[in-house]
Amino acid sequence: MNIKVFSTQTCPYCHMAKDYLKAKNMPFVDVDVSSDAQGLEEMRKVSGQMGVPVIVIDNQVIVGFNKPKIDALINK
Amino acid sequence: MKIYDLIILGGGPAGITAAIYAARKKLDFLVITLDIGGQAAWSGDIENYTGYQFITGPDLALKFQEHIDAFGIAVKMPERAVDIYKEGKLIKINTDLAEYCAKTAIIATGKRPRPLNVPGEAEFKNKGVTYCATCDGPVYKGKNVLVVGGGNSALDAAIQLAKICPQVHVVNMTEALTADSVMIEALNSFPNVTVHNDTMVKTIYGEAFAAGAILKKYGKEEDIRVEGVFIEIGLIPNSNFVSRLQTNEHNEIVVDCNNNTSIPGIFAAGDVTNVAEKQIIIACGEGSKACLAATAYLVRNKW
Repeated sequence: MNIKVFSTQTCPYCHMAKDYLKAKNMPFVDVDVSSDAQGLEEMRKVSGQMGVPVIVIDNQVIVGFNKPKIDALINK
Repeated sequence: MKIYDLIILGGGPAGITAAIYAARKKLDFLVITLDIGGQAAWSGDIENYTGYQFITGPDLALKFQEHIDAFGIAVKMPERAVDIYKEGKLIKINTDLAEYCAKTAIIATGKRPRPLNVPGEAEFKNKGVTYCATCDGPVYKGKNVLVVGGGNSALDAAIQLAKICPQVHVVNMTEALTADSVMIEALNSFPNVTVHNDTMVKTIYGEAFAAGAILKKYGKEEDIRVEGVFIEIGLIPNSNFVSRLQTNEHNEIVVDCNNNTSIPGIFAAGDVTNVAEKQIIIACGEGSKACLAATAYLVRNKW
């Protein structure tokens, strides 16, 4: 399973989302869009918006820390 | 349908504190919320919450999450209440996803940013238009931005943004900024900030993302090219779904000193109510009071 989290350091829901994935033992790539301009561009492209966090699980895009949606994709 | 002892609406300081008390009272209860932390999660620095000389809003929200996890509290999230009413002795709650039934309820849904209500605002929400500089500010690093508002939260946002953006416009509808003078002085120390007093935002425009705004000052229009529009013009209570409860002129739920609303069995706590002063620590105290009042109500009604 391929998981990417687009986040910033100041966004509380980003921290919660990452902590949640860690608690579930799901490894992920963390992209800090405040320092990674390419990452920001990628996030805009895949999600069509600029709010963080954006969680991409095997090409499925979740905007915001949405636990039920994350669970549905990681428990597939 | 399952009948809970208590359903708590909201996961901010008031709702979480009510939940912790409910867990310790061993009530059969549920928390329904859009997020954990509420407004506290997007506060900047907190220096008036007893026990913490300093904690950031995001860190306090994480502490709330840990506290919930420690008690194994059931949380439905993200889920939004759309109606609450009493049917016989029971409280019915409808959300965007399901229907619930409980003997008591605590409404602790807090407040949300006040929208500007101009064309383009809804269209470009999260596509340039944002209400949280703490959360989204860093995403706009290196871009020109606009902050709407002239109070402390607007200036706080403008100061944060002035450190990372080439040009920050502050649009304020009154003749002078209304923030504390210490904030105004701090703002004025940045050469890349332009304050537009007596000015309104007429529209926000763009294509896939916001690209600018049309400002209006004394009947004259000005086009400002910005990629980010931060709206910081105060807060409104999340009370649209409580049409059956008594509210005041600010749409806050009216409660007495024991957190009773106008419907027995439905309690309310924190910023969504008419409680004097909206503070994290006050919301926590109100949440605790509301849970104790709900517990006493359960005992009185001999369920």
